[in-house]
Amino acid sequence: MAELQLTDIRKSFGAVEVIRGVSLTIRSGEFMVFVGPSGCGKSTLLRLVAGLEAISDGTLSFDGQIVNNLAPSKRGIAMVFQSYALYPHMTVYDNMAFGMQLAKSSKDAIKERVEKAADLLQITPYLKRLPKQLSGGQRQRVAIGRAIVRDPKVFLFDEPLSNLDAALRVATRLEIAKLHHSMNGATMIYVTHDQVEAMTLADRICVLRDGVIEQVGTPVELYEQPQSLFVAGFIGSPKMNFLTGKFAEPYGASTIGIRSEHIQIGPGEGAWSGKVIHSENLGSDSYVYADMGTGEPVIVREDGTKKHQPDEAISIRPQRGQVHRFDSEGRPLGRQ
Amino acid sequence: MSAVGGNSGYVAPFDLWRLVKNAAFFVLVVVIVVVMVFPFYYAILTSFKSGTNLFIVTYWPTELNLANYLNVFASASFLQNLWNSIFVATITVLLSLLLSVTASYALSRVNFRGRGLLLMTILAVSMFPQIAVLAGLFELIRFYNLFNTPWALIFSYTIFSLPFTVWVLTTFMRDLPIEIEEAAIVDGASPIIIIWRVFMPLLWPALVTTGLLAFIAAWNEYLFALTFSSSNAARTVPVAISLFSGNSEHEIPWGTIMAASVLVTAPLVLLVLIFQRKIISGLTAGGVKG
Repeated sequence: MAELQLTDIRKSFGAVEVIRGVSLTIRSGEFMVFVGPSGCGKSTLLRLVAGLEAISDGTLSFDGQIVNNLAPSKRGIAMVFQSYALYPHMTVYDNMAFGMQLAKSSKDAIKERVEKAADLLQITPYLKRLPKQLSGGQRQRVAIGRAIVRDPKVFLFDEPLSNLDAALRVATRLEIAKLHHSMNGATMIYVTHDQVEAMTLADRICVLRDGVIEQVGTPVELYEQPQSLFVAGFIGSPKMNFLTGKFAEPYGASTIGIRSEHIQIGPGEGAWSGKVIHSENLGSDSYVYADMGTGEPVIVREDGTKKHQPDEAISIRPQRGQVHRFDSEGRPLGRQ
Repeated sequence: MSAVGGNSGYVAPFDLWRLVKNAAFFVLVVVIVVVMVFPFYYAILTSFKSGTNLFIVTYWPTELNLANYLNVFASASFLQNLWNSIFVATITVLLSLLLSVTASYALSRVNFRGRGLLLMTILAVSMFPQIAVLAGLFELIRFYNLFNTPWALIFSYTIFSLPFTVWVLTTFMRDLPIEIEEAAIVDGASPIIIIWRVFMPLLWPALVTTGLLAFIAAWNEYLFALTFSSSNAARTVPVAISLFSGNSEHEIPWGTIMAASVLVTAPLVLLVLIFQRKIISGLTAGGVKG
């Protein structure tokens, strides 16, 4: 419902500049994910958008209106915190109603909105309970419900799944995706360090590193056309294999990157030989860790459940057209 | 207790070592309890005696004479003194809690220059002995025309209880998750609303504890109460008790003093018993993480 325009946003804590000139447009109704390693400034950027931190320099506007100095509650945002941040002494109902109560909405209006949100998230049976009587997943649903009740123009999520166990994380991820579809047009910004969450949820991903944007694009763009060595290494699981020196020279690059699924096992033209270090069988496919005489093992994905023994000799070759080439500065030179 | 020193699985029918250890433990407990409780127990015993019986040492109740208690209430100003004590202690607690909650919010959550120094200064204030500030405080109280009124005591007790309450509440408030406050900010709560509707309910255990200690300190205080009042009508109970006089100049009315002491201690014991149930630990459980 709102388009966000970040123009050369900067944030310093004392002498340390943690956000160093971020310009970004987040389209109305878009699901934007900020992703990056810890300390890259992604959470700070979200808090600047929320208004929980003051912007040192640059402008932030919602639908063309500059909101730099607007209080968080006046910006039309709602935030879901990593630690849920529910009010421990209030019931689920009061937790969700608190914002509207402060805004002096009528009791009936509050009741209607809370019940609608509770229904959407299937937490109606828990409305009378206290947060401590709920499980982690239920608490996070209440926190999301509290955000929905505020009827915000922009939803902000700060690593909302980090405290959940693996199974719940997948289930809640799905719910957030469903929520985005059902809340037609609500803009969502989601911070995570987990690139799988980023890939599965995002319309567009913004990769941050040391307070600057490395690349913004759809998950597929980031995966297939990384604009830097950093993005290439950060997006995708397992990590992209990087090779330098004699492996890269034939491609006219300083570093080449090949994803594990773009390597074939078996001798052939341009094949490299090495030996197997370890092999992981995941059922549908398996990952072979091969020592090519480089520092890190090269990871190769193979269909099926064929098992390679350690120390077994192996020949691998990259698929044509799937080799990402980078110069010595980490800039892309295109695929070959 | 049976698990103390026990070998798992095998239990001897008669384990002398364990018996000795248990016995030693209980002897220690009894010694501690006797040393701590005996003076008060003896005061209760004495308060029920009369006449020359007062000076015969007994360790068990021998008579139940209520004459001393009737004496206390017969004394013209005791009820007034009791009311003074209640009024002074209650207002002191309310005032220090109000001031310290708002102060500790600032000290724990607002970043400003000199915050650490201010906290240290507050702590340092509480280290001065009362006698050191007595003269200065007396001048202040005269200056504000508070001498011989309950407000003189409320003023001076609040000064002395604030460092402690501020310090304790600041520590508690610092431990409250910052995300809860931020969630409230996003919900549109002002600092006052955050303090009243979000922090106060979470701080209940700390408020009750510090409030109770401030109450006890104000209730039992003697030096200021003696110095800042001149008429019997303005005195609090501890001073009034010390000024009880017997039939002659040379007689100290021990029985009446003990009865009055029991009367003023009983409410405190009652308060502690009531409020200890309210001190619920782990009230914040469930708000954040799991």
